[in-house]
Parts: sequence; structure tokens; C-alpha cells
Amino acid sequence: MLRESKEDDILLRVEGLKTYFFQRTAVLKAVDGVSFSVAQGEAVGLVGESGSGKTMTCLSLMRLVPQPGARIVEGEIWFKGDNLLEMTEQEMRAYRGHRMAIVMQDPQTSLNPVYTVGEQVAEPVRLHLKERGQQAMARVLDSLRAVRIPRPELRLGQYPHQFSGGMRQRVVAAMGLTTQPELLIADEPTTSLDVTIQAQFLRLIRELQQDSGTSVIWVTHDLGIVAQMCDRVNVMYAGRIVESGRVRQIYKEPQHPYTRALLDSVPLMGARREKLYQIEGQPPDLRSIPEGCPFWPRCPEAMDKCKEQYPPRTSLGSEDFVHCWLTEEGR
Amino acid sequence: MVKYIGFRLFQALLGLWFIATLVFILSRSIGDPAEVFTARNSGVDAREIMAAKLGLDRPLHEQYLKFIGQLVRLDLGESVSNGIPVTQILVERMPATFTLGLIALLFALVFSLPLGVLGAVYRDTPVDWLAKVMAFLGQSMPPFWLGIMLIILFAVVWGLLPPAGKGEWHSYVLPGFTLGWGVMAGMVRLVRSSMLDVLDSDYVAMARAKGLPEVVVIGKHALRNALLPVLTYSSLVLGAFMNGSVVVEQVFAWPGIGTSAVQSVVRRDFPVIQGVVIVFGSFFILINLLVDIMYAVIDPRIKYTQ
Repeated sequence: MLRESKEDDILLRVEGLKTYFFQRTAVLKAVDGVSFSVAQGEAVGLVGESGSGKTMTCLSLMRLVPQPGARIVEGEIWFKGDNLLEMTEQEMRAYRGHRMAIVMQDPQTSLNPVYTVGEQVAEPVRLHLKERGQQAMARVLDSLRAVRIPRPELRLGQYPHQFSGGMRQRVVAAMGLTTQPELLIADEPTTSLDVTIQAQFLRLIRELQQDSGTSVIWVTHDLGIVAQMCDRVNVMYAGRIVESGRVRQIYKEPQHPYTRALLDSVPLMGARREKLYQIEGQPPDLRSIPEGCPFWPRCPEAMDKCKEQYPPRTSLGSEDFVHCWLTEEGR
Repeated sequence: MVKYIGFRLFQALLGLWFIATLVFILSRSIGDPAEVFTARNSGVDAREIMAAKLGLDRPLHEQYLKFIGQLVRLDLGESVSNGIPVTQILVERMPATFTLGLIALLFALVFSLPLGVLGAVYRDTPVDWLAKVMAFLGQSMPPFWLGIMLIILFAVVWGLLPPAGKGEWHSYVLPGFTLGWGVMAGMVRLVRSSMLDVLDSDYVAMARAKGLPEVVVIGKHALRNALLPVLTYSSLVLGAFMNGSVVVEQVFAWPGIGTSAVQSVVRRDFPVIQGVVIVFGSFFILINLLVDIMYAVIDPRIKYTQ
């Protein structure tokens, strides 16, 4: 499962992406210089607390940041050989739902209540694959079968409110996967599901990914999901990626104090600890990110230097890197 | 679906019965109708004769049964002032009021739907400002004043449209517009806010993420959801048009129920007032019934949860 990504193998490469919210009195730096890449068939995790800019990064990838208010101000998003940020809106639409798809957090609200499930899954098929009638319906049925929805012929004509949460999320997945996209963005798709349903859904997506060779970006705050689903992981804090590496490497030797703190706050089976570790303080207000490293006010190992200057990127071999003065100074 | 409609129909009949009973009680608690119908100085005899003629000498439950019995056969009595059956008056005048109401609603929808939708989609742009100004003007101009202004401009100064009365199609324009104008204002706001809510929803974001063009995202995924509250409002508005028509019909000398309501109040023509109230009430119930059914057609969630 672990694989080294080579340059010609790269599906998506994000360079210095900045997405800001422009408010009347302040500029909110939701994504502030994010760079990462996703190889073909690879599953990459995007991990961080709420408000760290994960979702906004994903919406930026599809160029669907909330309007009015947010704007992608800088950066490049290379999808194979094309920079998505230089495309016209019309060219971009040919990517959405066709070459890249998204599954959002809440299955209760991401399906339109007034159209049948079949109709909603059929939309991308008609739009991008130009299939109509019987042919399109056959493909929709296949997609519903692929996400293991029982009795798809019957379910096709039903409305979202007739589905359970887990089944709805499968429908959303089917909607995204029916056009066989090269990239699937899963934005905390299991957060609102029961734990057992969650496990089923994760297994399903993993199998579909292995069968089709689709690349996946997993957005989550759950490091357990990352360990189970991803090859690489990018840890985000205050709109930036502070550490990036192969999953096993990061779990074994986390470099950034924030990554360490995140790992320490995951309950472990069988571990006897009095109290679960908790990161002190709050994530920073994105309107006034502190000077230097944004994590220093919460960092147990903060030095004077951390308060003055943002640490540079320290390479940890292959593509792994970290932004922390501890590592930088230590070498 | 059939079960749902049947249930709603039953509710509607219940509502009708309630209105009829209310009218019966009110018309007997405001004062002795026999007194109203007889000349001021006529003696006790005249009043008793009148009471006997109107059936008011019978016990109350008997009167009630008779009243309901007549109502079921669509017999609302006769006008006291000219002896014409009330049903006949209403049937003659209803179409004029009804068409006027529909035309007013049409005016309101034609203006408010595009304005509200565009105002929401292009929030805080000149289109949105225009929508807000229209809404403001609509709410601040009372229909009797607007009607007179329109008559002065379009009929007197420019001579484009007839000032009053019901005739060719162009005689509908001014009263229809006047009646619809105020409602348009409320509707622009409603469409705009309801559209803004829907545009914020995940399923609209999802529709965009599928690569659907913005026209389809708005027209197919957003609009149908945004229209649900507008539909409810339209029904209330049609009911309100009945009240509004009392003023507007007066301004434009429109031969509808509103005009006869005013006339019968002036003449103390009790049976006609009763008839008008029952007709307005039944109309309101009918509209609500139709809206409930339309709701079930537009929003699939309703059929199953009843």
C-alpha cells in the first residue's frame, strides 16, 4: 500500500495556495500557503482541528469557495498538466463531478430533498458522460450496487428522506464515483455517522479506491481514520501544513510538537492512562494569527525564536517535511 | 397521495362547517335581525311578523339546523333591500373579484420571483438594491392612494387605460396592478430570503461540485426548494386579496363581491353580508386545500409524513 510518488505519477500538486476571507474589518487567512501533492491511486490525509483550514483547502481545489467573501488569492493547483486556477469557469466545470468529486460532511443535507436519488446520481452521468435514458439508468444502478445499496432498482425512485444516514452517504459517494473520477475528496464523510456505520463506509471507500485506482484526499480530525485509510498525511494548523510524511513514519516519529500532541490525544486501546492528553489553549483566531510560528502559544517546547519567525521547511527525506525550529536547530 | 388528499378534504369540510356556525352565532349575537329589518318606528307586531317571516321565532337549535340545511343546498336567503337571492348576487359578482385576485397575484409573482431570485443570487449588487427599493415602495404605498395616482396618470393624463369599470382586457390592468403591488413587496423579500437560505445549503454546493452550470444549480436545485414558503404565502395572499379587493374595487368601481360587501353594510343588508363572509371564508379554505395538495406534489417529504 505504501508507495513512493514519482513526478510523472503525480495527479494533483498544490503550490503555495492561499484562500482568504475578506470581511469588513479583517482578512481571515483560512488557507495560508498550503503545498502538497497527491500521487495517482494514493490516499492522502489532511488532518487538523476545526478551523485549521482543511475544508477551505478542499473547496479551493474545486474552486468552490463561498461567494461572496472568500477568494483564492495566490497559488497554483496542478491537476496533471493543467493549472486549475488559470482555467475559465466553463473549463473548470468539466473537472467538477467528472475528474474530481467530493463527499461532504453531512449526508442529511448534501442531497436535495425534492429530487429522487436516481435523478441526483444520474445528473453527472448525463452531464459529463453524455449518456441518456436506459444507458444512464444502467450506470446509475451499477453505481448504487457498487456502494452496496440493497435493492437499487427500488431505491432509485425514492427520495433522500427515505434513506438512513449511512445509506445517504453511500448515495453521495455513488454520485461522486459514478463518473469514475481521478480524485475523490472526502471531507469528514463519517463524522455524522454511527461508529459501526462509519467502519462500513470506510471499508467500502477503501475497496472502491483499490478497485478503481482513484486518488483520495481524506479530510478528518480523526487520526484513527488516517492510520486506516491513508498512505501520507498532512497535518494542518492555522491554515498551513506544519508536517507532512508517510503515515507510518509520522505515527512512529512525529516531529512537530503539534503532531505529537494530536497523537497523544487519541485514546489507545488497552493503554492505561489516568487522563487523556489535551492540547492546552485554543486554535488561534484566524484574524490575528500570532507572529512567528502560530503554534507557539500552545507549544510546550516553545523557544524565543518561535515567537519571532515562522520556521522554514525542513526536509526529512523523500517528500516528508516539517516546519519547526526544534528540528531545524537540531540538525 | 389519495389518502392524504382525502384527509385534507375532510379537514376543509370541517373548516367550512366551523365558519358557517360562526356566522350563524355572530348574526344572532350582534342584535335581533328582525329589529334591523323593520322600520324604526314600527310596532311590536311588525317586528313579530318579521321575526316569523325570518324564522326567528323558532327555538335556536331548529334555526341552526334550518340554516345549515339551506346552506348545504346553497340557499343563503334573499337580499333585504331588493329581494334578489343572495346566491345569485354572489354568483354574478364572484368571477369579477376572482379574476381580479388572480391577475393581482400574477402581477405580484411576475415581479417578485425574478427580482427576489436575482437579488439573492447577486447579493449586494445594483440588482439587489433595485429589488429592495421595489419592496420598500410596495410596502409604503397604500392601495387606495396608488390606485388614484395610477388613474390620474394612465387614464386622465395619458389616456392609455380606462379609469374604472370592467370591460375589455385592458380594464384589468390598473386594478390588478394596484391590488398586486403591495403584495409584490412582501413577496420580493420572502423569495430573496428563502433563496438565500437555500443557496447556502449543502445540496446546492453539491450541485455545483457536480459541475452543473449555474443556471441549472439555481433553476433546478435551488428554486424548487425556495418556492415552498412562497407557495404558502401566495395562498394567504389570495385570501388577503379578498379583503384588499374591498378597497380596490371601490376605487375602480369594480363590480365584484367587495363592492357588494360595502353596499350591503351601508344598507344593513344582513343576508348579503352573511353570504359574503361565508364565500370569503370558503374561498380561503379552498385555496389552503389546493396549496396543501400542491405542496405534496412539490415536496415529496410531505406525502409520507402527512
